[in-house]
Amino acid sequence: MELWDTTRQALVLLGTGDPELWQIVGVSLRVSLSALLLITAPAIAAGFVLAHVAFPGRRALVVLVQGLLSLPTVVVGLVLYMLLSRQGPLGDWHLLFTQKAMILGQMMLALPVLTAYTVTAVQGADARVFETAVSLGAGGFRAALSTLWEVRFGVMAAVFTGFGRIISEIGCSLMVGGNIAGLTRNMPTAIALETSKGQFAQGVALGIVLLILALGVNVALAALQGQGGMRKAWQP
Amino acid sequence: MFSHATKGVKSGAVGLLLAIAAGLGAAPAPAEPDLRLATTTSTDNSGLLGVLLPKFEAKSGIKVRVIAVGTGKALKLGENGDVDVVLVHSRPDEDRFVAAGFGVNRRDVMYNDFVIVGPAADPAGIRGMQDALGAFRRIAQTGAAFVSRGDDSGTHKLELACWRALGIRPETNPGYRSAGRGMGEVLLMAAELNAYTLTDRATQRALAKKTGLTILVGGDPRLFNPYGIIAVNPQRHADVNFRGAMALVDWITSPEGQQAIADFKVDGEQLFFPDAQK
Repeated sequence: MELWDTTRQALVLLGTGDPELWQIVGVSLRVSLSALLLITAPAIAAGFVLAHVAFPGRRALVVLVQGLLSLPTVVVGLVLYMLLSRQGPLGDWHLLFTQKAMILGQMMLALPVLTAYTVTAVQGADARVFETAVSLGAGGFRAALSTLWEVRFGVMAAVFTGFGRIISEIGCSLMVGGNIAGLTRNMPTAIALETSKGQFAQGVALGIVLLILALGVNVALAALQGQGGMRKAWQP
Repeated sequence: MFSHATKGVKSGAVGLLLAIAAGLGAAPAPAEPDLRLATTTSTDNSGLLGVLLPKFEAKSGIKVRVIAVGTGKALKLGENGDVDVVLVHSRPDEDRFVAAGFGVNRRDVMYNDFVIVGPAADPAGIRGMQDALGAFRRIAQTGAAFVSRGDDSGTHKLELACWRALGIRPETNPGYRSAGRGMGEVLLMAAELNAYTLTDRATQRALAKKTGLTILVGGDPRLFNPYGIIAVNPQRHADVNFRGAMALVDWITSPEGQQAIADFKVDGEQLFFPDAQK
């Protein structure tokens, strides 16, 4: 009964374009997309190097990156908080309780996801792609791009999985963002706050948006992977 | 959820001794039934009850069982006759409780107070102001940073009431931050942001060393947080211990009880101010 009422109120909030609600959605998207935009290139480059270049300690590094996949968000938040606090080594930057701090935290969380998935994708690529590119006169960078293009669906899966990880995380955002209204309040921290106030409608409405985003990302991913699979299947 | 009133090892030991003494002593009269008191977490967590109730128990021979919950829940327990007496701090709710016939003989007991804290540099220049509203106005006018609880708590409601009284919409101050978090987190955030905030004295005292925030404005009656004690109406619930409830009401508002409240100090600072004599 109450569940239904709350859900109905939530839908009304969504339908009427409640400005506060969409502002919160905006903060979430701005922060997570910025983090993803900034970290994607370096993370994929790191993944390629780890998968393709032999150097001492490489295996240990791969294991480390894969281990960091389960990095607790609150630990990232705690470390970042201590670094950015006024007493911390980076206190002069005055970044604590800003969107920039949240972006930094989400970059740290997305990095191992993107890197580990890229490693797997590149390792699964046909090594001859790189060699062929080199023999055709391509430099190392161009040859690497050719390989990454070959496994682009795997790399995309890495990016989408990274997005899924950071758009829904709350621990780090709450600690270094501070859940400040209109500034650093994103969907997960707002849901936690509304629930603690006993105002479930706004929480449910944001939950619906979050679910749609997560589902949408997964559907897009499935569609892309389906396409990739088809291509491979047709190749002799 | 009936926890014994006395908290901590020391007061626990005192309670135990009292219990043994009561058990050993050849009680002439039939044993008094236990008294059930519903109160707020603030009175219990601060250690105040651990000091007050043993004194009352020694004097009256009535054992008090404390249920520490929020004010709303405490009044609900009284309404249902699950407790005999309530000690809470929300005057409008208390008046409604009495008006509805759930409780009788409401008495003022004490108050604790809220203070405006901020960075020692005090950019808005409010240090030592007697008038809390004036301090709030100056903070808004200078555009100084201010962190609000923003979580619908009692503290948040008090802050909003101040802005309302001034006719100021706090969101229009570019330095205003609505955090939606607990008192401790808001104090830490205010320290990080060099901001002002409104806090209860006890939490400020607990965190002052960590935050470096100092009390700039305090003592304005507007920032007082009064506690009242109400006996549950025996005409609604015949089985409540009304005699015991009135014994506690009378004792806590007596000069002896009031002195005990004034004498209760944490780290040398008085947290509750008796105000039963009016």
